[in-house]
Amino acid sequence: MPMSGPEIEGMIRAALPGAEVVMTDLAGDGDHWAARVIAPQFAGKTRVQQHKMVYDALGGKMGGVLHALQLTTEVPT
Amino acid sequence: MADINERITDIVGKKDVVLFMKGTPLFPQCGFSSRAVAILDHCGVAFEGVDVLQDMEIRQGIKAYSDWPTIPQLYVKGEFVGGSDIMMEMFEAGELQQLLDEKQVAKA
Repeated sequence: MPMSGPEIEGMIRAALPGAEVVMTDLAGDGDHWAARVIAPQFAGKTRVQQHKMVYDALGGKMGGVLHALQLTTEVPT
Repeated sequence: MADINERITDIVGKKDVVLFMKGTPLFPQCGFSSRAVAILDHCGVAFEGVDVLQDMEIRQGIKAYSDWPTIPQLYVKGEFVGGSDIMMEMFEAGELQQLLDEKQVAKA
């Protein structure tokens, strides 16, 4: 079963309190998501570290159940 | 696992730019790999595409090697740079070209 947008968003928010998460259903099939995550926790981290923080939030589902999550990370301005 | 790590170290050390991907640069087998190839083509650098679909050991081993869960994965001069999303972000910001220039990688 693919994960729903709200489910993905919920896991990211739980791991990164205060984060702004914008989910986009890329293909309209509920299986190909883009997530834009803006989190204060990203400050001072490299892009690789920022993306890893989101992957960690998704508890090992990235690359498995979530094979097609397009991710953008930003530090709040 | 020691063997596969040595194999990967060997692969990423042989060429300046190595892209672990699904399919080949001419026939990418997924959208993310296709996007990664397009970005590298646009940057005009020579790169080696490693098709993980042809080698299950590398397909699993590369994820542990870089501690990164998805493919494609870009390596420049033996260093992990990121996946296709990071490549796109860096490309759009001009940072990827800058990195490739700084590392003085071979041109295509």
